[in-house]
Amino acid sequence: MPSLKDLKARITSVKSTRKITSAMKMVAAAKLRRAQSRAEAARPYAEAMQRMLATLARSMAGRDGAPKLLAGNGRDQTHLIVSVTSDRGLAGGFNSNIGRATRRLIQQRQAEGKTVKLLPVGRKGADYLAREFREQILDRIPGSAGKDVPFSAAEALGARIAEMVERDEVDVVTLVFNRFNNVMSQTPTEVQLVPLALPTNDNVVGDGSEATYEFEPDEETILARLLPRNLQIQLYRAMLESAAGEQGARMTAMDSATRNAGKAIDQLTQKYNRTRQANITKELIEIISGAEAV
Amino acid sequence: MPIDVEIVSPEKRLLSRAVDMVVVPGSEGDLAAMPDHAPMIVLLRGGVVSLHEGGRVTDQFFVAGGFAEITSERCTILADSAVPVGELSRTDGEARLRDAEAAYEQADKADVPALEPLLERIQSARAWVDTAQS
Repeated sequence: MPSLKDLKARITSVKSTRKITSAMKMVAAAKLRRAQSRAEAARPYAEAMQRMLATLARSMAGRDGAPKLLAGNGRDQTHLIVSVTSDRGLAGGFNSNIGRATRRLIQQRQAEGKTVKLLPVGRKGADYLAREFREQILDRIPGSAGKDVPFSAAEALGARIAEMVERDEVDVVTLVFNRFNNVMSQTPTEVQLVPLALPTNDNVVGDGSEATYEFEPDEETILARLLPRNLQIQLYRAMLESAAGEQGARMTAMDSATRNAGKAIDQLTQKYNRTRQANITKELIEIISGAEAV
Repeated sequence: MPIDVEIVSPEKRLLSRAVDMVVVPGSEGDLAAMPDHAPMIVLLRGGVVSLHEGGRVTDQFFVAGGFAEITSERCTILADSAVPVGELSRTDGEARLRDAEAAYEQADKADVPALEPLLERIQSARAWVDTAQS
């Protein structure tokens, strides 16, 4: 049986743990709001870009010589997988879900005989993948470390991937990231970036605006400029959603940790009181039996 | 009847307003968008977007490049970056111009398709400097 002193020490330590987890929960909640509003702010650009791409793709349909970023290079041998995780842990299953999803995807592709290359964004995902697929990691891209995601980060990564595609170093590019459903739930999602999977239905454009567009200078030139941008925007959105999801997941994880700590404290306090009472009773019995013996 | 103008950068929406006419710096020359303009997608060069209301220019933004989508009722400008002309810093523009020119100097002059974006960067930076001083 633990002594009173041990129990007291354990209660104090769980109490300070609870203080930390509840503080982390508050911080995550504040950061979550920020991250969400940033994701919100990035939406108009991404939507306008989707609209333009759909228009262009419709106008280009059936023509030869589509850019590699849109149609791929016709091969399907080398796959690049970009996975987005956070730099910090203590966010529940947030990072390991992505790690598992990526791992499954890699194994599936390798079973089909493809070559797989990896570009993990965020330290946690890189560490996870390095255990098993160290040789296939081209580079580790640092995440945002809980701060705001700058567009320049997505810009640089997008440009790099576009260059690899142009040089035929990779044939297919897939992005794995946590889609932000709400504060409680994030789903690991795979999106194929190259060849580009465009929405096939026209409801992106909306009815009535099916009018034929004019292009200046011409479709090819605009498309050639739009596609690398689109790649950057897709990455940026994934990073923003992942950043918001990270805070959401941490908030949920820290909330349940705080509650568990509370429960542990209650149990320990009860045990402490019982032990104290038992000790007093024992001492009394000793005194009484001592007095009787006299 | 006004036309809705939206200027958005990847990070946020900078402006959303209804004006009489908007002039955008297209890659092949400036063009004005008014209500009932034919649907059009335009590549932009570095230059100034001017908003016209009641017969005069009410606001001007410098865009470093991007795209514009014009339809009969709105004009969406996807800018790489956009700054109100009054807040444009000349020193920033000069720094950009130096970077762009240095990148062009180092580039392989035989690789013509690769030179085009570099030249556009120089054009955009020059437009920045020119706009900032006037």
